[in-house]
Amino acid sequence: MPLLVGWVQPLDDPRNPWFSWEYVRQNTESLTTALKQHVELTVAAVLLAAAIGIPLAILANRVDWLTGPILAFSGVLYTIPSLALFALLGPILGLTFQTVLIGLVLYALLAIVRNALTGLRQVPAGVLDAARGMGYGSLALLWRIELPLALPGILTGLRIATVSTVALVTVGYIVGFGGFGNLIITGFLFNFYKPQIMAGTIGCLALALIFDLILIGFGRLVMPWARRRTT
Amino acid sequence: MNLWEQTLLWLNDPLNWTNPDGILARTWEHLQISAAAVALGCLVAWPLGIWLGHIGRGGTLIVAVANMTRAMPTVALLTIFPLTFIGFGYPPIILALALFAIPPLLANAYLGVREVDAEVRDAALGMGLSGRQVVARVELPLAVPYLAGGFRTAAVQVVATATLAAFVNGGGLGMIISRGFGLGLASGGGQVLAGGLIVIVLCLALEGLLAVGERLVTPRPLRRAGRRAGSAADAPLPL
Repeated sequence: MPLLVGWVQPLDDPRNPWFSWEYVRQNTESLTTALKQHVELTVAAVLLAAAIGIPLAILANRVDWLTGPILAFSGVLYTIPSLALFALLGPILGLTFQTVLIGLVLYALLAIVRNALTGLRQVPAGVLDAARGMGYGSLALLWRIELPLALPGILTGLRIATVSTVALVTVGYIVGFGGFGNLIITGFLFNFYKPQIMAGTIGCLALALIFDLILIGFGRLVMPWARRRTT
Repeated sequence: MNLWEQTLLWLNDPLNWTNPDGILARTWEHLQISAAAVALGCLVAWPLGIWLGHIGRGGTLIVAVANMTRAMPTVALLTIFPLTFIGFGYPPIILALALFAIPPLLANAYLGVREVDAEVRDAALGMGLSGRQVVARVELPLAVPYLAGGFRTAAVQVVATATLAAFVNGGGLGMIISRGFGLGLASGGGQVLAGGLIVIVLCLALEGLLAVGERLVTPRPLRRAGRRAGSAADAPLPL
């Protein structure tokens, strides 16, 4: 029961300081459970969102009239609060991992689609013309010209989606799957337990930083030509 | 009784609207908290953004601020602030929400001033306007569409994020949702769904209203250009 994490043994450190190694030592298990859930939700959400979002951006780039609706839809979804979205999905899908995952995918999708589309749009028309003149077909053009040139945009989208998903996972507490959010909120609700709130917060921030660094490293790996520029 | 019937039943009960913690009272509370947070955000971000834009520095700082707030879970600030010297009640919630309103306000104020044509600025200086006069009479008026755009993004975001105050029993419309979850989905499912729908309607209505407002304060010749594609600092935060 993730909802009860940290409640079983309230106040392992009765001084209730903002940070306590004593707390970390005695709650290694609940911390790793939260970490695991947080990582699973983030990775699954971003991968799914990328798998759906990048093709969607390619489609929107090819089919002109689709761009408007896709951007408008993403704008509308962005004005919907995450808690309200979980309030819609929760009663229908139940208090499950999938409920949180679907919500996270929807939000991550938007950052990925928008940025990938911006990246694809920035490919100079002259380059596309030259490639067509050299005999590139539609698929080769996409794979060897458009996608590589749109990579900075795609990567920006992935980074924004990942970092914000890490923060958003905490809201999943409402359906019982909030990763570090479970620790933060239960820490508050039961005895205002500061070490637990802070451990959860640091966990979130560290996770966001690590994922971002991994993506930056990935970007350098797949875009060796961009290494001299700073991201 | 299925979920939809439950939802309609809940919404159809007049007491759920007029109770001391009913929909009307919660909406009013929600809007008050949000308005205070947005006002506080504007008070800090606009002067700073305009000044940074005027001296032409701090672009990196603004992007860094935006990135940092993106990684920070709202829930963390909402739980941490009440336990500091700020104390419990509305102030910690308003402060937490204001912090998340700052990046879009700041980025757009900065961008609005930066986007003023250099020749226009030169002409103003050539006419003998002082630095302060250039800000007040040239840069600020020309930056109004951007300020309005930032205001819209920030306001919608704050109203959306204010639902999370329910996690710390802080009031607002999120309370309807969290209480519903507290009852368990079997009996509270209708209330949860109703709460979610109310919040969504409120946010979409506000977005629409502010879009109209943004259009009204944008001088006609500038309207067709449309909103620029999001820079890193301008990308909306997920709520």
